Amino acid sequence: MRVSSLSPVELFVLLSILKVAVVLLILLTAVAYTVLLERKVVGRIQNRWGPSRVGPFGLLQPLADGAKLFLKEDLMPDHVERTLFILAPILALICALMSIAVVPFGAPHLVHGVNLFQIADVNIGLLIILGVTSVGVYGIALSGWASNNKYSLLGSLRSSAQMVSYELALGLSLIGVVLRSGSLRLSDIVASQSAHGMRSWNVFGGFQFIAFFIYLIAAYAETNRSPFDLVEAESELTGGYHTEYSSMKFAMFFMAEYANMITVSCVATLLFFGGASSPFGNLLPAFGGPIVQAILPVLWFVAKVFFFLFLYIWVRGTLPRFRYDQLMGFGWKFLLPLAILNIIATSLALAWHG
Amino acid sequence: MYLVLFFLFAGLCVAGALNLLLQRHPIHSALSLLVVMSSLAVLYLLLGAEFLAAAQIIVYSGAIVVLFVFVIMLLNAGAEERTHGSWTAYIAGFPGAAAIFCVLAFIFLSQRKLLGTARLGDYIVTTRDLSQVLFRDLLLPFEVTSILILVAILGAVVLARKEQ
Repeated sequence: MRVSSLSPVELFVLLSILKVAVVLLILLTAVAYTVLLERKVVGRIQNRWGPSRVGPFGLLQPLADGAKLFLKEDLMPDHVERTLFILAPILALICALMSIAVVPFGAPHLVHGVNLFQIADVNIGLLIILGVTSVGVYGIALSGWASNNKYSLLGSLRSSAQMVSYELALGLSLIGVVLRSGSLRLSDIVASQSAHGMRSWNVFGGFQFIAFFIYLIAAYAETNRSPFDLVEAESELTGGYHTEYSSMKFAMFFMAEYANMITVSCVATLLFFGGASSPFGNLLPAFGGPIVQAILPVLWFVAKVFFFLFLYIWVRGTLPRFRYDQLMGFGWKFLLPLAILNIIATSLALAWHG
Repeated sequence: MYLVLFFLFAGLCVAGALNLLLQRHPIHSALSLLVVMSSLAVLYLLLGAEFLAAAQIIVYSGAIVVLFVFVIMLLNAGAEERTHGSWTAYIAGFPGAAAIFCVLAFIFLSQRKLLGTARLGDYIVTTRDLSQVLFRDLLLPFEVTSILILVAILGAVVLARKEQ
């Protein structure tokens, strides 16, 4: 069947399904290789090799890990809340994978009226990411409660409190960016930063670096990563909320955590580092054909996301864990007021310049 | 299409609300509340109120029901026991609920002209339009509500504070 014989609606549906499949495949591969990257980099930070046996440079390690997790026995302890015990990891993974749908990976590139590099360009893209993240709390909260285990329950209580607290600072830190671009649509936010390369990125030219650091810290807490990984603090809680999980259910939590890291890195790139726009702006001459020009922004985007993923791992290899009261005090007494001050300063500056 | 989605999520909403009442364990009730809140968000979306839908998910599904679940987990509340209930609840409850439903339905139906109507999938209320109404036309009620919530927060802090 030729493309022109399809109606616009059919074409839209087909292209959308194709986009979803491709993005999902890339995201899951990225998740697997982020795990490998983490093991490699943390290994180097701790002066050891990390995985190096499976395949060249250990590159096939994710496949071996996946096969191992898939073939493991799926244990279900007695007296667990069966429905919720099974539902929790699914919920966590779905929420982690969903928010990637509104992320624009490259410059808008329309083919038959469908944007190739973004699954859905919605007006409230940023709010959708925030909403999906906030619903993601349930996966962790319910898993701990359904496990019928004290350590799991303590881990999930810690995580719910932590995530609800840091969500406020996280949401407020993004308002400065939204004020500057005047839109909640992610492609508009990227477009507002792409005029003069690095100078118009929100983190440099937009003077949103305070908001950027608040976002980064709050996002680390939101994804339960070190130095805020009290949820699964091994020395205190054995494994935290996923103590009782094994096999693919554990793998789902694991994948959800890394998918959330990727989402956070994408949002940091989009909101503060100009998304898929080049850091050199128009200084770089347009070389190659139209295909190269379409692919190049995607490469910039991937490079920036990779930087943030590396930062995540670097921080994990460097900083010790917070104490719980320090975590709460830091979130409520420092980050939240600072985020509010940033909003006031940004709106005053915008009002001053008209 | 819009109508199918409306009936799907309206049905889900009502089913969630009924399940909330019928479940014996507080966590299950709280999760039913989550279903109700999320399907309400979809209904807002169908009416074109996209910001309201996102706010509903972020505030109600993502924060308030999480706090409910958190408190239930913290208190380690068990399943409630089945009793026959009190007769006053039956006598006052059902007619009371019916009366409130009738009064609300009457008001909405009789004031239809003043309230205006919105059809499913008619138009999209942009965040800009919403904020212009909220922060310009209805600024005073908005500020009064904020102060009311602030007073409630201060009250909660005063009640929760330990005696020095």
